[in-house]
Amino acid sequence: MGAQKLCNKKDLVVNSGVCALAQVNGQPQQLAVFYLPDTEQQVFAIHNWDPLGRANVLSRGIVGSIDNELVVASPLYKQHFSLTTGKCLEEDISVPTFAVTLSGDDVLLTA
Amino acid sequence: MAKLKVVVVGNGMVGHHYVETLANSDIDADICVIGGETRPAYDRVHLSEVFDGKAPADLALTTREAYEELGVDAHFGDFVSKIDRDNKQVVTEGGQVFDYDKLVLATGSYPFVPPVPGRERAHCLTYRTIDDLGEIKASAKGKQVGVVVGGGLLGLECANALKNLGLEAHVVEFAPGLMGVQLDEGGSRMLRRKIEALGVKVHTSKATEKIVEGDQHRLRMEFADETSLETDMIVFSAGIRPYDQLARDAGLKVGERGGIEIDYHCKTSDENIFAIGECAVLGNFIFGLVAPGYRMAEAAVLQLSDDKVSFTGADMSTKLKLLGVDVGSVGDSKGMADGALAFVFSDERDEVYKRLNVSPDGKYVLGATLVGDCDDYDTILQYYLNEIELPENPESLILPASDGAAPTLGVDALPMTASICSCHNVTKGDVINAIDNGCMTVAAVKSDTKASTGCGGCAALLKNVVDFELASRGVEVDTSICAHFKYTRQELFTIVQSTQTKTFDQLLASHGQGRGCDICKPAVASILASLWNEHVLASDLVPLQDTNDTFMANMQKDGTYSVVPRVPGGEILPDQLIALGEVAKQFDLYSKITGGQRVDLFGARLNDLPEIWSRLIEAGFETGHAYAKSLRTVKSCVGSTWCRYGVQDSVGQAIDIEHRYKGLRSPHKLKMAVSGCTRECAEAQSKDVGIIATEHGWNLYVCGNGGMKPRHADLFATDLDTATLIKYIDRFLMFYVRTADRLQRTSVWLESLEGGLPYLQDVIINDSLGIADDLERQMQHVIETYQCEWKTALSDDEKLKRFRHFVNSDLADDNVVFVEERGQKRPADLQEKAQKTLKAVS
Repeated sequence: MGAQKLCNKKDLVVNSGVCALAQVNGQPQQLAVFYLPDTEQQVFAIHNWDPLGRANVLSRGIVGSIDNELVVASPLYKQHFSLTTGKCLEEDISVPTFAVTLSGDDVLLTA
Repeated sequence: MAKLKVVVVGNGMVGHHYVETLANSDIDADICVIGGETRPAYDRVHLSEVFDGKAPADLALTTREAYEELGVDAHFGDFVSKIDRDNKQVVTEGGQVFDYDKLVLATGSYPFVPPVPGRERAHCLTYRTIDDLGEIKASAKGKQVGVVVGGGLLGLECANALKNLGLEAHVVEFAPGLMGVQLDEGGSRMLRRKIEALGVKVHTSKATEKIVEGDQHRLRMEFADETSLETDMIVFSAGIRPYDQLARDAGLKVGERGGIEIDYHCKTSDENIFAIGECAVLGNFIFGLVAPGYRMAEAAVLQLSDDKVSFTGADMSTKLKLLGVDVGSVGDSKGMADGALAFVFSDERDEVYKRLNVSPDGKYVLGATLVGDCDDYDTILQYYLNEIELPENPESLILPASDGAAPTLGVDALPMTASICSCHNVTKGDVINAIDNGCMTVAAVKSDTKASTGCGGCAALLKNVVDFELASRGVEVDTSICAHFKYTRQELFTIVQSTQTKTFDQLLASHGQGRGCDICKPAVASILASLWNEHVLASDLVPLQDTNDTFMANMQKDGTYSVVPRVPGGEILPDQLIALGEVAKQFDLYSKITGGQRVDLFGARLNDLPEIWSRLIEAGFETGHAYAKSLRTVKSCVGSTWCRYGVQDSVGQAIDIEHRYKGLRSPHKLKMAVSGCTRECAEAQSKDVGIIATEHGWNLYVCGNGGMKPRHADLFATDLDTATLIKYIDRFLMFYVRTADRLQRTSVWLESLEGGLPYLQDVIINDSLGIADDLERQMQHVIETYQCEWKTALSDDEKLKRFRHFVNSDLADDNVVFVEERGQKRPADLQEKAQKTLKAVS
């Protein structure tokens, strides 16, 4: 399966997240897409669903780093989720991650 | 050799302490404890808190399981009825027999009931055990009046309990004053005055002749002076008597006035039997406090080892809150010693009484009485216990702080033997030992030494000792805001201000490391806003903001938002009310009136927020900053404009003040209120800034707080004209914004300021730091650069681009589901969502 265009680069917010709708295995999924232009990978995507707060809000959290791990803090109860592995730093729980990339002005879901 | 068999009779606080100390010691012993009450040891000192809402279980000092873990054989609800000294056995009422090598009597005491005819009537009770509390509660049910016989420490505790049960509480005391054992006459008088002001009726010099059936109430007490008092219940709390019958029957020596005689090793006349706590008498003296009881328990344990420490008496100083009144008594509190010199301070306005007794040469503290203010207790106690030489003017120890700096004793002046925690007998040396062994925080020292885990009265002193010791070792106490900045919020504020830093990235590059996090980013955003006041959604600032600031609305549990327009002073036009209703209807928002006199509209989806706000702005509203750490509301009562009692226009004042400070970003949210008269209908004393109208102007209160840990605001300045009032508030708020920690409310901030309220007054009123102009200028800048954040955002498409759930679709979040309740919508719970068959994510 080819790459899927999610949105334009200008839809992203620098050092923060937005939510994009994607089709994954034929199912609609909410992706929290983060744009960190000063990192090598530049864009990161994890699921928008906060499994602890039980709401689709992770794209609206604050992005930062904890011991070199890039994380987003849930805006509901402030647990941290890794942008690269989806793992929660405080609880034994994870959110799915998605491979995204920048191609010119397009933000692509590659896998 | 067979293990030593130790049997402990009694499982009160002291008996329990003995068991715990022995079980945790190196002494190899089989321990058996027999308690007459059905429950294991509990905290008798704080008994009245059960009527304050504490559950009996919260008072427990141990549990059956904990004893089991310690390997202690524990039996409850059975009384020991006989000691067979020849066979070294004890026998219980239930017929159980226990052998002992060493026997420890910790049978405690019982309340003394004076032999008054009628004392055996129903509803004549005592106050000693949890079971007693149950009886008192049952007796009080639906009744109006309760009497405590006895005006001592326990009696007053009990009066507090009756008051908490909703009864009209009376205290009947035989002696001419309250707490005659601990307080001198002046202190006793002041205590009475304060207690009466709290609604407790005090009758002194009253000898009860008999108790008969009452006319209006269940009982009538008839006194020797031919007066009488009707009541529904009588609780006797006229002192304690040692439980010594068991020892008497066994032929042990008892004191003239009761009590099992012991020597300095807590040994009775039988060398295999010890007695500790309130059942014991040493040189005709019974130690009726818990701390000396604990010392006896420890001394008695050590008699089983090679390390035979003596118990030679214990300090009976005590500090407590009776009916909310601070009372302290140190050493020779009444100055009975020959040639003792007294310094007495009495303030009838604030109802404070202090007496300091010093040696004839004026060099040493002999004792003290404190009523209404115990702030000096710790210092005086240290002077007393450690025989530290007094300064030339000993009176400075008890004079109010405004009269020159009150000399708190530096902790470095304390000797190593100074007792820091008298409940657990922890000395300064013990604390330093703990630090030597690696304890680097107050919490670590507490768990290592048990200091400050008893009554907690020494918490402040302990912290001072630990902080001082750590500082003197060059240990830096880590006060960094987070891993990215090795600075406190206050330091960051100064850095940002002095280096004119305008962005987070600049600050991170110059003073930080890593990428920042959800702690430092909003904190720095708040500092930048307090100083430069740029729009909250300026592109540099957006990634720093919490979601509430990012969307200028309050996120709720389902990811939707609530909207609160500003309603200054709670005054609103009818057309605005209608507009609010129309917006709520149009966007189907759940509506609720807030505690801050405005309206909260819930359940707004992200994409609806801009349209909701253009409707609200059209109707004349502006943003209410309910989402921000900034000024929320200025609540007001209707004031002199309408109210028969109002003396000033509180609504007008509240509106002016709300407009002045709206939009000021601060370390935490700020709430204010203005009341139009002393009746205080706006509840200003629970706010960060409270203003109460007087005949002559305004009284200013600061640093009040509702919420989890309520605090009444402190009176800061009186009878101010409006210009001065505003000047003080400007300075106060900016000083708080500059110096507080992240998320520190004004109440906690004040308590952390060294020097407290007088210091704050000095800075704000007398400009002692010379920064008042600067603070005012800074405030003026914030006021001049105010903008309605929503109004600005609505005219800027770039700022609005995030106000949609998906960047690539107009669909809504299918996990946001509402159901109806009481005619409005609310978020659906999990089951309801499942029923609506909407699938979120797997």
